[in-house]
Amino acid sequence: MAGDAVKLSVQGVNKSFRVRGRNGADDNVLHILGGVSFDVREGEIVSLIGESGCGKTTLLRTVQGLLKMDAGAIRVDGQTVTKPGRDRGLVFQQPNLLPWRTARQNVEFGMELMGLDKAQRRARADELLHLVGLGHAADQFPHQLSGGMQQRIGLARALAIDPKILLMDEPFSALDAQTREVLQAELLRIHAETGKTTLFVTHDLDEAIYLSDRIVVLAARPGRVKKIIDVPFAHPRPVLPELRGDATFQEIRAEIWELIRGSEQAAA
Amino acid sequence: MTANISSVADTAPPPDSPPTPAAVPEDIGPPPRARSKIWIVRLVSIFVVIAAWEYFGRQVNPLFMSYPSAIAKAAVALVKNGELVTGLLSSIKTLLVGFVSAVIIGVVLGLLIGRYRYVDAATDWFVNALYATPLVALIPLVVLWFGLGDAAKLFIVTLMAVFPMLINTAAGVRNVPRSLIDVSTAFAASEWQVFSKIILPSAVPYMMTGVRLAVGRAIIAMVVAEFFTAITGLGAMIVKYGNQYDTASMFVPILLLMILGITLTSLAKRAESMFAPWRGADDE
Repeated sequence: MAGDAVKLSVQGVNKSFRVRGRNGADDNVLHILGGVSFDVREGEIVSLIGESGCGKTTLLRTVQGLLKMDAGAIRVDGQTVTKPGRDRGLVFQQPNLLPWRTARQNVEFGMELMGLDKAQRRARADELLHLVGLGHAADQFPHQLSGGMQQRIGLARALAIDPKILLMDEPFSALDAQTREVLQAELLRIHAETGKTTLFVTHDLDEAIYLSDRIVVLAARPGRVKKIIDVPFAHPRPVLPELRGDATFQEIRAEIWELIRGSEQAAA
Repeated sequence: MTANISSVADTAPPPDSPPTPAAVPEDIGPPPRARSKIWIVRLVSIFVVIAAWEYFGRQVNPLFMSYPSAIAKAAVALVKNGELVTGLLSSIKTLLVGFVSAVIIGVVLGLLIGRYRYVDAATDWFVNALYATPLVALIPLVVLWFGLGDAAKLFIVTLMAVFPMLINTAAGVRNVPRSLIDVSTAFAASEWQVFSKIILPSAVPYMMTGVRLAVGRAIIAMVVAEFFTAITGLGAMIVKYGNQYDTASMFVPILLLMILGITLTSLAKRAESMFAPWRGADDE
């Protein structure tokens, strides 16, 4: 399971956005993140959850390097990171596959950027497509595949560059409930095989508890860590419908719910 | 397990949701028997028009109008004396060289204009003005500069065809989905990699639309250029036989141009869908 070494360290991350005021009014400064700090250990799955506007997606994108933070430090394996890099793989909310490429070619994308040779790329792409259960669809185009399949390819693409950390931005929220449950279970299976340290953003409480080893609950306006909750279930975990029946599961769920609702009420 | 209404042979586990709208079976039109009925109607209509043309055409003064059988005879004569073939080859040469030049210039400029906002600002007024001008108005000026030969014809064809190519290429570059650029940024792509792996492929469907539009304009430009320079080519033949009131012979190059136009634009349409199979049956 999770080791003790800190893979990702997020410290005091601050981020504000300037929003243009209406009708020539002064620009508003939206203070999205106000000093977020937490660690992710080797091999863990950590979820970020919180009410809308708590900045969880902003935080994830800042960790990836797509956004620049105003203050704070982000370290991967002890090294400070400021720009996007291939040590962090990102899975988007929408699959965002390149429509002119086949599934295999999409998975090869990151590896092409790295300059790996064709044979290596192809072998690894096939390996990963097989891992996510799409070995048979390697030569199909995204428009020929369902949303769930496209998202699996997105996952394979991120894993293909062998990142130190996998960042997932609400990857299943655009899918229907049944596909979501299937892919959640798949993610745990894939994680068991790869042991990839994962930071996962979601607004779905059940998903967070089901997948994570720890859950970081964020408060909003400005975003900051309210509480970090340990999820004690051992791996491999039973499927979500079964796990929902567990008393501890419901306790944790209630706790998160209160934390989120409480901060909402405090802000109201 | 839920029943799968996927159009893709989705036989392997795990079960997935029904396909997103992008994978819904395409509308394949009416059933076979209705389709052949449509073709019968079409053929009958063609036959009726040609028959009517033949009948009423004979009644009209041959100086002003001709009819299918006379046109066919004239066509045979023109092929036999080699004039039709020479004219066709000359026209096609002008068309080809002018079109290819327009594509090359249009793509290069379009890429620059689409990518760099300052290049766009520097040139947009000029491009829009010229595109809006009926370029036919410029032809006497072109003849003044280049004379009556091939150079003038080439210039006219290139000038008319370059604009749809340029404008569509620029649009293609500008319309790359933001999300795909985000993908390349997240994977730490270099500027050149973003351009060659994301922007360029994404712009190809727009460029193919530009090609299709450019083909149409190039043909028009070729004919008009030949009217004005009136020495070689199918356009010149039309003018020549028009002056002689030999309407039967005049119709031959006209019909040949019609066939040429149909062939080239349908090839361009095919190329357009070949290069963009992931797009739906978009219009324009």
